[in-house]
Amino acid sequence: MNEDRSEVARRVAAMERLRPSRRGFMKVAAAGGAVAAFGGPDIKRALAAGENLPPNVPEWMKTLGPGVTASPYGAPSKYEKEVVRRNVGWLTASEESSINFTPIHMLEGIITPSGLCFERHHGGVPEIDPAQHRLVIHGMVARPLIFTMDDIVRFPSVSRIMFLECPANGGMEWRGAQMAGCQFTHGMVHCCEWTGVKLSTLLAEAGVAKGAKWLLAEGADAAAMTRSIPLDKALDDVIVAYAQNGERIRPEQGYPLRLMVPGWEGNVNVKWVRRIKLGDKPWHHREETSKYTDLMPDGTARQFTFVQEANSVVTFPCPERPLDGKGTYEIRGIAWSGRGKIKRVDVSLDGGDNWRSAQLQEPVLSKALVRFRLPWKWEGGPALVQSRALDETGYVQPTIEQLRKVRGVNSIYHKNAIHTWRVNPNGKIDNVQIA
Amino acid sequence: MSRSLERPALAFVALALAALALLAAPAAAQQKQGRKFPELGRAATAAEIKGWDIDVRGDDGKGLPKGKGSAKDGEELYAQHCAACHGVFGEGEGRWPEIIGGKGTLTSADPRKTVGSYWPYAPTLFDYVRRAMPFTMPNSLTADETYAIVAYVLSINDIVPDTAVLDETSLPKVRMPNRDGFLVGDPRPDVKAEPCMTKCRSEAPRVTSDLAQRLGVTPGRPSE
Ligand code: HEC
Repeated sequence: MNEDRSEVARRVAAMERLRPSRRGFMKVAAAGGAVAAFGGPDIKRALAAGENLPPNVPEWMKTLGPGVTASPYGAPSKYEKEVVRRNVGWLTASEESSINFTPIHMLEGIITPSGLCFERHHGGVPEIDPAQHRLVIHGMVARPLIFTMDDIVRFPSVSRIMFLECPANGGMEWRGAQMAGCQFTHGMVHCCEWTGVKLSTLLAEAGVAKGAKWLLAEGADAAAMTRSIPLDKALDDVIVAYAQNGERIRPEQGYPLRLMVPGWEGNVNVKWVRRIKLGDKPWHHREETSKYTDLMPDGTARQFTFVQEANSVVTFPCPERPLDGKGTYEIRGIAWSGRGKIKRVDVSLDGGDNWRSAQLQEPVLSKALVRFRLPWKWEGGPALVQSRALDETGYVQPTIEQLRKVRGVNSIYHKNAIHTWRVNPNGKIDNVQIA
Repeated sequence: MSRSLERPALAFVALALAALALLAAPAAAQQKQGRKFPELGRAATAAEIKGWDIDVRGDDGKGLPKGKGSAKDGEELYAQHCAACHGVFGEGEGRWPEIIGGKGTLTSADPRKTVGSYWPYAPTLFDYVRRAMPFTMPNSLTADETYAIVAYVLSINDIVPDTAVLDETSLPKVRMPNRDGFLVGDPRPDVKAEPCMTKCRSEAPRVTSDLAQRLGVTPGRPSE
C-alpha cells in the first residue's frame, strides 16, 4: 500500500470531478467548523486570567443562579457547546439524505446522550403526530392488525441497552486514512437504552402464517424507508421501541416508533415504522441492492450482510484530543460486537507488536458498547496506539491489511479494522494506517 | 303493564339480541381468536391496507399496480420531474446521484454503481421511484407515470429499447445486466486474525497512509 497516498488523492480528485461544488463547500465548512471542532483554548484562557481561582472566591458564588423554572428541559453547560454532532458536507448532495457523527471522542461510559446520537436519514426527519401514527401488520398473517401508539404502549414492555452502528462507519477509510478526527472515523455509532414491545409479541397477535420467512419494515418518512428482515431475527430479539434513554424517542431517531434490531446494521433498524408485512422472500428493495451491499474485488456484491462484527476504537487520545505534555494518562475507548458480548480488548502502543489487555467496565452487555481503559505513562516519545476487540464467539478484530486482503477496497460497508493513532512527540495525534 | 305481557316482550328482545350477536360472531370471534391481548389494536380493514401497501417485490414484481407507460412518454415526465437532479440523460447534475452508466466499472478502482451497472431487479426501480422520488415530492406520481419514467430510465441505460411500453407483466421480465451479481447471504466471519500478545510483528510497523492530516477534508480541520 505504498501508493496509498496517491490512491486517496486520486479518489478525492475523482470525487471532485463528479462534484464540482465540493471545494466551495469545504472552504465554508473549514471556516465555520475550525473553531467549534477543536475547543479548549477558551477555557484555558479563562483559567489563566485567574479571577475565579483560589485564593479568590469565584464569581458564581457571589450571585444567585437561575431557579427551577429557568430550564424545564435541561441543556448541557454552555462550556460544552463543542460537544455536538457534526457532518461531512462533501459526502452527500443533500442534507436531507445524509449523515452526521456522534462526538464519541468527548463521551464517557457507554450511554450516548439522545441528542448526540448520530443521524442518518434518507428523506429528512418527519414530524409525526403520535395520535395520527399507526402501525399496520399484514401480509402472511392470520389477522392483519392496526395499532395506535396507545395500544403499543399498553403491551408488556422490555428495555435493553444496545449499540446501533451504521455499516458505513469507517467506510471512508478503506483505501487510506482520510479523516483527521475520531468523530469522523468512528462516530456512526451510538448506544442507548431502548424500551418497547418485543416484535414477537405483536407478531403473535397477528398470527404468523405458515411459510412466512421474511418481513418488510417500512418507515413513515419521505423516503418510506424499507428493509427486508429474516423472520428468525424478528422473532428472536427485535424490539418495536417507543422510548430511548427513558424518554420518548427523539424525532431524528424515529419518533414515535422504530425497530431496534440488536447487533445488526443501522439501516434495518427502521425508524418511524408504520408497516410490517410478512412474506416468504426478501423484497430486494433499493436499500438492500443498490445500497448496503458489499462490493467485492471480483465485482460481485454480498447482500444481506446484517451483523456488525466486533469493532473498537481508542477515543482518548485521538486527533481532536491531543496529549498535553508527558505524564499520567488513561487510554480510553469503546468496543462492541453485533454477535454478543465483548470478551477482551487489547491495547498496543507500538503498532501491534506488543499488546496489553485493557480493563473492561462492568457490566459488559451483549450487543452494547463496552468502555475499556488502560493506565498510561507517556514518556514523550512517538507511539502507535491501537485497540483490538475480541468477542465471545472467539472473533478477533482484524487489521486493515487482513480485511483488505479478503474484501478489497470497494465495499464501503462493514470496515471494522483495528485503528491506529500516531502519537507525535509534541503530543499531536494523527490518523494513520500501518503495515 | 302486567307481568304476563312483560315476559314475552323481554324474551323477544333477548332473542333479537342473540340473533344479532350470532350474525356478528364469526368475524369478531375469528379476529379475537388466538390473540393474547385482543383488546389492543384491531383488525386492519382492506381499505386501510390498500392505501399503505405500496411495496413491489424486486425479483418477481409482486405488488406492481395495474397500469402502463412508454419510454417515449417517460422522457417528457422525466424531464419535468427528475432531470433537474439526475441530469437529462441520467448523468447526475452536480453532486446528485447519476443513474446511468458505470457498466464494466465494478471491478475497477472507481466503481460506479448505477441502475444500469448495479441494480439486479427492474421492479425495484418502480418500487423506489414510487416511494421515494421525486426527492422533494415522493409518492406523487401515478402508476402510469411511474411505469413511463421507469421505462425511460431503463431505456437510457440501454436495457429496454426507446420504443418500450412497460406494465405489471412486462416489467418483471426485464433482465437487468447485473442480475447475477449478488451473493445472497453472509459468508462472514471471513477474515481470521490471531490474538497474539507479545512480539507479534516480524518487522517494524511502517506507516502506509497519513494523508488525513493534509487532505483537508475533515470538517473543522483545514489542511496543513
Ligand atoms: C431534488 C433532487 C431530486 C429529484 C428531482 C429526483 N431525485 Fe432521484 N435522487 C435524489 C437523491 C438525493 C437520491 C439519493 C437518495 C438517498 O440515497 O437516500 C436519489 C436517488 C435516486 C435513485 C437511486 C439511485 C441509486 O443508484 O441508488 C433513482 C433511481 C432516482 N433517484 C430516480 C429518480 C427519478 C425517476 C426521479 C423523477 C421522478 C427523481 N429521482 C427525482 C435526488 C432527486
